[in-house]
Amino acid sequence: MKLNWFKYASPVTFYPLAGKLIPWFALAAAGLTLAGLYLSFFVAPTDFQQGESYRIIFIHVPAAWMSMFIYVVMAAWAAAGLIFNTRLSSMMASALAPTGALFTFIALWTGALWGKPTWGAWWVWDARLTSELILLFLYIGFMALHAAIDDPRRADRASAVLALVGVVNVPIIYFSVKWWNTLHQGASVSMTMAPKMAATMLLGMLIMALACWMYSIAAALARVRCIILEREQQAEWVANLSREST
Amino acid sequence: MKRTLRVIVLRDLLLAMRRRADVATTLFFFVIVASLFPLGVGPEPKLLRAMAPGIVWVAALLASMLSLERLFAADYADGSLEQLVLAPEPLVLVVIGKVLAHWLVSGLPLVLISPVIALQYDLPAEAIVTLLLALLLGTPLLSLIGAIGAALTVGVRGGGVLISLLVLPLYVPVLIFGAGAVDASTIGMEAGGHLSILGALLLLGMVLAPWATAAALRISLE
Repeated sequence: MKLNWFKYASPVTFYPLAGKLIPWFALAAAGLTLAGLYLSFFVAPTDFQQGESYRIIFIHVPAAWMSMFIYVVMAAWAAAGLIFNTRLSSMMASALAPTGALFTFIALWTGALWGKPTWGAWWVWDARLTSELILLFLYIGFMALHAAIDDPRRADRASAVLALVGVVNVPIIYFSVKWWNTLHQGASVSMTMAPKMAATMLLGMLIMALACWMYSIAAALARVRCIILEREQQAEWVANLSREST
Repeated sequence: MKRTLRVIVLRDLLLAMRRRADVATTLFFFVIVASLFPLGVGPEPKLLRAMAPGIVWVAALLASMLSLERLFAADYADGSLEQLVLAPEPLVLVVIGKVLAHWLVSGLPLVLISPVIALQYDLPAEAIVTLLLALLLGTPLLSLIGAIGAALTVGVRGGGVLISLLVLPLYVPVLIFGAGAVDASTIGMEAGGHLSILGALLLLGMVLAPWATAAALRISLE
């Protein structure tokens, strides 16, 4: 059997497929979250240095991973949209941006909550915190530019260029912030964790990371469905869709 | 190639000369912002000396960002930008010429006036030299990166505020190494490392930024 990889590149075919996939990813996200939370609250041992407060790691680290990973995926979709001129790729990029920004915000917020009991400060100008903050600005810039341009195709392309410029810049920003931090010797805290993590801790964190993945996919698919409907409202198949549902 | 570049640069310089007030506004914005900080944090010389590199650089960042809108907006409004895009000369070359002219008009004056501000903050002589060098390497980079933002927001409503949102996060490395170089020489350390990285970033920006700007201009003018 010959697979046609481009079959689902069209919004018409992708819309129902996304609709079918969302419940599965949502279910997986819910199941993994429950399992991950159980592991992290009831099974994982208390940290001998940080006490119970370390347990915020189970949401903080997965959120931080997702925030960076989603930016790369978003930029990849944006690039695909720019290169192949496929509408759906650009829609995926703009559907991913709010989820990525959300995870960046969660990572910052939980970081602040974690920092208070362990370092005694809500915020320190640590390299990772600062670059995470700049990542949030990049997400906001991407969404703001997309929202400011009325023509959706032009908005797609313009924000794709911005996302690509951002992807080139993220490593530069990360390393410059890192060097800046070591040069200034401001806060002498290190975010590096204890070298040996209990296996259950690591397992809980990985399961929570998987849950975040599943959630991101489900949320992005749900959002892309909305975007498809919004942009293709003149199309016949969308009209048929609303006729079928009534 | 050389001729196109020269024509574009001369044209933009001539246009800037006809509107001298715009050039002066950027310069005085820079001076005013830098002079406001002592009023805010107090006249303590030691504190000011420690803060000077950061303040001068942040003021330079803001001033260069304010002038970005002028890079393409006027040409877009009177339609000459479209003609430039349609012209047989490569658009990248046009962009390089415009960015160069923009830097000569809005970046170079900041570099030249910065020693005066450094004196206000009582920086030592070596630090002033480093500040000059760092600004000389850094401000063209600001114009190059900013051109991408300016090209993306050509003809977009609320473009001026949007540019700041797009461009300022990308300015972070310039700020860090620019202020770092001056910081290092204020406390008597070697600033060469910072300046080298700024130079490397400038080269990287010169290679990549005009392409991104040209692509963004094409998208904006569809």
